[in-house]
Amino acid sequence: METLFACCIGFLTACGVFLMLRGRTFPVVLGLTMLSYAVNLFIFSSGRLTLRGAAVLGTSEQYADPLPQALVLTAIVIGFAMTAFLVILAIRARADLGNDHVDGKLPESEMSKKESR
Amino acid sequence: MWHLITAPILLPFLTALIIMLPPVHYSPMRRRWVSMISSAIQLVLAVCLLLQVQQQGLIHYAVGDWQAPFGIILVADTLSVVMVCLTSFLALGAICYGSAGEDEKGSFFHPLFQFQVMGINGAFLTGDLFNLFVFFEVLLIASYALLIHAGGKNKTKAAVHYVVLNLTGSAIFLFSLAVLYGTLGTLNIADMAVKLATLPAEDLMLVKAGGLMLMIVFALKAAVLPLQFWLPATYASASAPVAALFAVMTKIGVYALLRVYSTIFGENAGPLAGMASDWLLPAGLATIALGAVGALASQDFRKLVANLVLVSVGTLVSLVALQTELSAAAALYYTVHSTLVTAALFLVADLIANQRGKAGDRLVSGRRVSQPILLGFIFMIGALTVAGLPPFSGFVGKLMILQSAVEPVSRILLWSLILLSSLMVIVALSRAGSTLFWRVSGTEPGGGKAPRLQIFAVIWLLLASPLLAVFAGPLTALSQQAAAQLYDTATSNNIILGQQPVQEIKP
Repeated sequence: METLFACCIGFLTACGVFLMLRGRTFPVVLGLTMLSYAVNLFIFSSGRLTLRGAAVLGTSEQYADPLPQALVLTAIVIGFAMTAFLVILAIRARADLGNDHVDGKLPESEMSKKESR
Repeated sequence: MWHLITAPILLPFLTALIIMLPPVHYSPMRRRWVSMISSAIQLVLAVCLLLQVQQQGLIHYAVGDWQAPFGIILVADTLSVVMVCLTSFLALGAICYGSAGEDEKGSFFHPLFQFQVMGINGAFLTGDLFNLFVFFEVLLIASYALLIHAGGKNKTKAAVHYVVLNLTGSAIFLFSLAVLYGTLGTLNIADMAVKLATLPAEDLMLVKAGGLMLMIVFALKAAVLPLQFWLPATYASASAPVAALFAVMTKIGVYALLRVYSTIFGENAGPLAGMASDWLLPAGLATIALGAVGALASQDFRKLVANLVLVSVGTLVSLVALQTELSAAAALYYTVHSTLVTAALFLVADLIANQRGKAGDRLVSGRRVSQPILLGFIFMIGALTVAGLPPFSGFVGKLMILQSAVEPVSRILLWSLILLSSLMVIVALSRAGSTLFWRVSGTEPGGGKAPRLQIFAVIWLLLASPLLAVFAGPLTALSQQAAAQLYDTATSNNIILGQQPVQEIKP
């Protein structure tokens, strides 16, 4: 289970970082979302991975650490709000700047492609 | 008085809510007055808290009465309370400036401003790393919205970069928190310091990785060299009162670096002691150099001031990296001085830009300002202070910094870089001043006179500088006391984690 979990986090992080380095705002937003998923899973694993572990004392042999679960909840809420804000900001930037490039202007190679069309 | 420590967090929060409610929200004048009066009260309460900390030593407050290390605690020591006082002082000036008309250029200026002050105060007062993350997010989301206040292409462009960078920073922050929680089993700063002393050897590298990731996050907030590219564009495009408040935001990064690397990874951390210094010293020194070169190369006055922020951040980070009591004391004094003077300069830049017509704050010849004597005088005081010339506070601050570098290598590097950067800043500011005030075309001023409230706000912030110099004696004693308290981690950890008499809960 640990290997599968670690591979999941690694894959999500890799995808997130790759998408974040793209030039347009939409892939960047998706990349940040993936990165925050990876983070959430990672925080969850910091309480150790246990099967059938209760988070309440005195109910089972094994216990799950409740604190990372609380931290994950906080992180999810904050990440959700931030992503929502970023989406709105990206739309505003698209409207204000006339394109969806993160630097506010298209690189020259794409400009020439657009003109030739 | 037991609950006084929560006031710097609760009061801005409640003020923001009140401003958004109907009787206040519908009238611009009411919004302004509520915001200004609340900020004044916050300043008074912050000073009361400082006096209380002076009398009683370190104060800690268990939120919801869940005792440390299980609950979230707020900690007020001299360092954090001085920073809270600084924020309140700065916020009052910036709100006064904004209330002269800047606040009506967009919606929700005052509530967002109060929310940001709440986040900043919370970040200074918290004693829990995850809570620090939460307050970072509070101040960041308010700053995202404040940055695009009044709108415009430049602001949107800068905001996209700023938001994406800070969200990435938050992700790294969470990664490092998870690593540290997974190895140390706690996120209470004092408890982490205690647990670190008994860390099994196999977890050492994990904790080191987590600690260094934290350094990346704080360095991003503080804008240290490889992570500083967002700062000049962001600060130069924000509207003036917002930029003035942002002057304290980089200092939160520096404060967090100082707190984490002196309390958790301080002298008692065994093999991990001082692990950040090797990275922070060269990065800080390079930031000083880059900021000074950037100030010389700036094409407009606001960018120049943003580069001066970089110089001050570089200086502070180098001081943090030295990790001595003397350097921490110098850093505290210099933080207060540099935050206030850079904030004042952002406001001065706006005043000048408003009066020069089309040329704005660009360093080209333009129409003359309508109040040349007043603005020139204000500009001169600000420039002398930020460059570190006597008789103002910059000189005292620089003197403390130069005295705190004791080791030969750091002394050579720090002395040469700080003195050289001061020279470059003087050159850049003289060039800017002579262009703005003397290279004028025509006799018609480019704009009307500045509102009295704005002049008051600038003088309020600038007046701090001579006062900081006049009361340099007690203030250096205060900062030395704060540094001593910061480095006396054993005592403060005992106070925070020791068995406190449980408060009786009233039904």
